[in-house]
Amino acid sequence: MEKPAVEEMPARRSFFREAFALGLGGIATVVPFVSGVVFYLNPLKKKKGQVDENFIRVTTLDSLPADNVPRQFPVIGAKTDAWTRTEASPLGAVFLRRTEEGEIKAFSVICPHAGCFVEYVGREKNRFLCPCHNSEFALNGDIASPGSPSPRGLDPVNVEVRNESEVWVHFQKFQSGTHERIPV
Amino acid sequence: MKAFLDWLDHRTGYRKLTDETLNENVPGGSRWRYIWGSALVFTFFLQIVTGLFLWMAYSPNSHSAWESVYYIQFEMTGGWLLRGIHHYAAQVMNVLLILHLAQVIIDGAYKAPREMNYWFGLLLLQLTLAISLTGYLLPWDQKGFWATQVATNLASIVPIVGPSLQQLIIGGTEYGHHTLTRFFALHAGILPGLMILLTVGHIYLFRRHGLTPAQPKRRPDQKFWPEQVLKDSIGCFGVMMAVLFLVCGPYVMGWSNHLGAGLTAPADPSSSYGAARPEWYFLFLFQFLKYFPGWTEIIGAIIIPSIGLLILFLMPFIAKWPRGHVFNVGYFLICFAGAAGLTYQAMEEDKNSPEFAKSVAAAEASMERVLELSEQKFPEAGALALLRKDSKTQGPKLFAQHCASCHRYNGHNGMGVLPTDEPTASDLKGFATREWMMGWVDYDRITSIHYFGGTEFVDGKMAKFVKRKISRFDDEELELLKKAIFALSAEAQLPTQAEIEKEEADLIQEGFVALQEEVGCTDCHRFHNEDEDADAPLLTGYGSKEWLTRFIKNPEHPDFYGEDNDRMPKYGEGGKISEADLELLVDWLRQDWYRSEKHQDENKDLEEGPTPVVSISDETSETPAATDGEPSNQEAEDNADAEPVEASEAASESEV
Repeated sequence: MEKPAVEEMPARRSFFREAFALGLGGIATVVPFVSGVVFYLNPLKKKKGQVDENFIRVTTLDSLPADNVPRQFPVIGAKTDAWTRTEASPLGAVFLRRTEEGEIKAFSVICPHAGCFVEYVGREKNRFLCPCHNSEFALNGDIASPGSPSPRGLDPVNVEVRNESEVWVHFQKFQSGTHERIPV
Repeated sequence: MKAFLDWLDHRTGYRKLTDETLNENVPGGSRWRYIWGSALVFTFFLQIVTGLFLWMAYSPNSHSAWESVYYIQFEMTGGWLLRGIHHYAAQVMNVLLILHLAQVIIDGAYKAPREMNYWFGLLLLQLTLAISLTGYLLPWDQKGFWATQVATNLASIVPIVGPSLQQLIIGGTEYGHHTLTRFFALHAGILPGLMILLTVGHIYLFRRHGLTPAQPKRRPDQKFWPEQVLKDSIGCFGVMMAVLFLVCGPYVMGWSNHLGAGLTAPADPSSSYGAARPEWYFLFLFQFLKYFPGWTEIIGAIIIPSIGLLILFLMPFIAKWPRGHVFNVGYFLICFAGAAGLTYQAMEEDKNSPEFAKSVAAAEASMERVLELSEQKFPEAGALALLRKDSKTQGPKLFAQHCASCHRYNGHNGMGVLPTDEPTASDLKGFATREWMMGWVDYDRITSIHYFGGTEFVDGKMAKFVKRKISRFDDEELELLKKAIFALSAEAQLPTQAEIEKEEADLIQEGFVALQEEVGCTDCHRFHNEDEDADAPLLTGYGSKEWLTRFIKNPEHPDFYGEDNDRMPKYGEGGKISEADLELLVDWLRQDWYRSEKHQDENKDLEEGPTPVVSISDETSETPAATDGEPSNQEAEDNADAEPVEASEAASESEV
């Protein structure tokens, strides 16, 4: 088959046409991406924490003997997650310890290193151990072994006794991996 | 740079590829009529990009699908735009597909050696329709839910395997979580994957055979770049603008309340949706089915469409016969005209149907209500659970079900239907409001059909008292009576009157005293006092939630009608109504429901203005009868009714 004659354009005219072809095509292509990226960045707008109440009732003094042994309690409270509002949703957990003098100490169960769930290991060892990277914390929350990868001790939680026997905690989450405590 | 590009070319051979792509020969030069294929690929590209982003926020689960789409549409930045592009580009894609097919058939581009490519195209057409159909269900709103039911039910009429086929499609015997997960996997995974494969094949074959030149060639050949690319770019740009116009246009023009694609109320299997229609490009099939009653349905739903498609597939062979091409073109045009005619007919039928308009209005009202409620966020069971606990939504249904055989609500049954029988009990629109209470002390009104007219109390003691005593009241006594009525209305503690009652606390206090001591009500009724002889219904707490609940449960209780009760059943007995439903009904009658100031402010211009304060003596008794047509926009009326009657204005016009 013979090759048909192909029309050639003057360079100038061709340049504008090429620019237009790329420009208009580019705009059309960019529109869905731009709206998609704006949509994708939406979570950055969410500054406020999802938990409404600051202090949440966790337990009563009856369940917390003054024996200086940490006990783990779930924190149940109202939560708003995107479109869902739940009145009683598990938000996390805290360790509560009542000293022999009756003072209550509270720590978040979340390891400040990488966010794993810290466990309390029995009386003989009497410390908190993170099962992920073996960070160890003493009863008072301080880093207990020099090899602990955690940058800081366990995060303390404010605790109040209300109505004589109810234990309320100020449930808060902190950024993990940092030396300072930065609430999120 | 050049070294890098050389390296890249050596490893990938990209130069040859771009050279082949851009220097493709366009016989007879670039033309506008060659842009449709590119435009179509562009719409598919739009769908993939917007679809992937939407995927990041969509939750395929019958308790959260609608909620996540609601969240995309109304809460997330640019969500309406993204979803709008996805929705309308799908429609544009269907239009372009038909144009593309028409062009291929008319130009004879389906003939040898391009048969294979033509069949790829037909498969792509079917995939596009399937992707549209599966996408329609995903928002899990009333419209998609009911319209898709029709499609999946049609699957069950396939001989022998039908019911099993249907069960496989919807993931069970009825719609649920697995319907959504399966539809979503089809819509976002399997079907687009197949489409990408077929599109690649389609374009490969197209390049292999070259485009079908329009004859005669008017100009010399050109290269694809830049002339045809420019035209294609303008085409794609035009498509993008058209889609953006569809997304924003209706809102900008004031035809729609919301930007972007529509969303109706959450799917509710217990709530009818008369406006359920498939997307417009399926309307012709929907309409076509109306001509195939009973067992013949399989002919209209499966046999004829299958034969129609088969002929399309056979076109390359038919074209080999003498006049075969003419037959093909004629066949396509007839099918197209038929489909267009059926679509037009379906649209006309809906346009002229008052029932359809009413269903659409009811669905819109229901959606606006969900949006208002959504400010409280949704419970875990989803938005539907919130609607089911909403007295404003459920009240009318419960009223129609339990009360409307005797009572009326603004002349109708609560749902806007006018019963044929005359009412035999009072009209409860505005129950316990000041305006409604004033009717009891107006002889014309109390004996009208809207109060005691249909009951045996029409010539009872109350009516007689109004006629003999109240009709002879002088202006001063009437003024006192009005205050007493306002005090009585305040007993109900209606949320709609809370504000004005707070402002007029002194006036109500005067009325309270007058009611107890002066206007004569306590001759028969008890009002914050004990009186064994007073056997008429208790006025203490009249119309309050507790009072009304007790009354409906047992109107024969000595606190109410006692032995004089006229036909009102004891709803507290025999499980006639559940406690939860009774609470909803009572709340609705008392217009006690969640109100969002923000939502009402935003939509103020959409509502009708507040009803002008009506003169107590004349017009109001006519109000229920004035609804001689079907009450069209109950939503707006209800909101307007929530406006408390201004005491001062009402007083100035009062001629009791």
